[in-house]
Amino acid sequence: MKEFLIDLLHNEALVYTLMAFVPLVWVVPFALFAVWWERKISAHMQDRLGPMRTGGYHGWAQTVADILKLIQKEDIIPSAADRKLFILAPYLVFAGSYAAYAAIPFSAAYVGSGINIGLFYVISISSIVVVGLLMAGWASNNKWSMFGALRSAAQIVSYEIPVALAILAVVMVAGTFDLQEINRLQTGWFWNWFLFQKFPFLFVGSIIYFVASLAEVNRTPFDIPEAESELVAGYHTEYGGMRFALLFLSEYANMFAVSAIATTLFLGGWNSPFGEFLSGPFWGLFWFLGKGMMFIFVQMWLRWTLPRLRVDQLMYVGWKVLIPFAFAVVIGVGFWVMAVR
Amino acid sequence: MITEFGRVLIFLIVGGVFVAGGLLFAWLLRPNRPYPSKLTTYECGEVPVGDTRVRFNIRFYVVALIFLIFDVEVVFLFPWAVVYKNLGWFAFIEMLVFLGILLVGYAYVWRKGDLDWDKPSPKVPSYEKGIGVRETHLTEEETAV
Repeated sequence: MKEFLIDLLHNEALVYTLMAFVPLVWVVPFALFAVWWERKISAHMQDRLGPMRTGGYHGWAQTVADILKLIQKEDIIPSAADRKLFILAPYLVFAGSYAAYAAIPFSAAYVGSGINIGLFYVISISSIVVVGLLMAGWASNNKWSMFGALRSAAQIVSYEIPVALAILAVVMVAGTFDLQEINRLQTGWFWNWFLFQKFPFLFVGSIIYFVASLAEVNRTPFDIPEAESELVAGYHTEYGGMRFALLFLSEYANMFAVSAIATTLFLGGWNSPFGEFLSGPFWGLFWFLGKGMMFIFVQMWLRWTLPRLRVDQLMYVGWKVLIPFAFAVVIGVGFWVMAVR
Repeated sequence: MITEFGRVLIFLIVGGVFVAGGLLFAWLLRPNRPYPSKLTTYECGEVPVGDTRVRFNIRFYVVALIFLIFDVEVVFLFPWAVVYKNLGWFAFIEMLVFLGILLVGYAYVWRKGDLDWDKPSPKVPSYEKGIGVRETHLTEEETAV
């Protein structure tokens, strides 16, 4: 894709800027329809219908109407808030979660940036989001926001360690940080996927990664930072209108980013499950987005199945269950690789 | 010549520009009629009580400290994970020792109870026994919490 565009436009900077807009073309419509999708899924799980009127067919335009409303909303910055930080926070949160897409290979032909430390970069850049959340909570000068932000930060940093260790186990098998390279190592039938390699170590690793990534993106059952019934809306309580919409968008962008990483690491990324059948750059995009959406569906499914954890249970799961298992996975994979080569 | 990290920078800039563009677009359309009570902090519709920036639970600080140690550990593990296959058993055992030291510290922190969150300790009001006062049926252990 890069070579083709450079041939076409003869301008490197323009090509890279265009390529940097590609994930946006996916993320924004995805966020819009994932919200609608989530409402429909929750409704059907609770034997309701959910939005049915807007747009005609099953209320598909509900979130489009929502965003149109949010654009017209008055922008309120509380007089008690720290104005500069309040304005800066959405930039940090969105830029942080969007920058993670730079290393995610959507297809064999497209990756935003082919840096050779892709995985390491994704782990580090997604930590910027925490700074943004803390900034939003602190700047709002609102008790709900403050508690939400503190809980969010404690939760995200606690679960970053199991995430990093689960990723480490994959790196130990693959021997590279490059996400495209990791995809290429999993080419072939689905039993070549890392999910089924070094069984059961990477299988356990994938479960650890999935559970911890749920906490990273503040999804139920780890949604105590945004527990509606106790904290109103968590760190974005004071945000309204477009600022709120952008914070919400970056949450959905984060949801897809962690799903995309899980897809790449454990489910073969853009590889077709059936060897050469339906493979190629365009089918690769289809498989990649399909596998990612499957993770998104599981996240939504869990939200309407499991109750919220208490804060002490949250710390228990993170520090006393996931971390020992993650260490066991890392050491187990290490011994396997060293013994068998 | 734009390097691969230059392309990452372009991504960051595009993210920022998207936020700025969205806010600018909304700024053109939205009304702006602020008045003092609209600009108060939200606190369930009541007048806010006190300041937000008060002392909060020390546990958050402890969690951040423990996180820092583990995260530095993981940072050291990552470069090792790429090359350890070529370095042989020596590098592997070396890293096991390194992990072992951390795990001893982890066991210590666990034993000290620093990984536990403070459980809420409800204050059980003590009533004099009398007519109309319900006797609280609590075991000794529960009263001690």
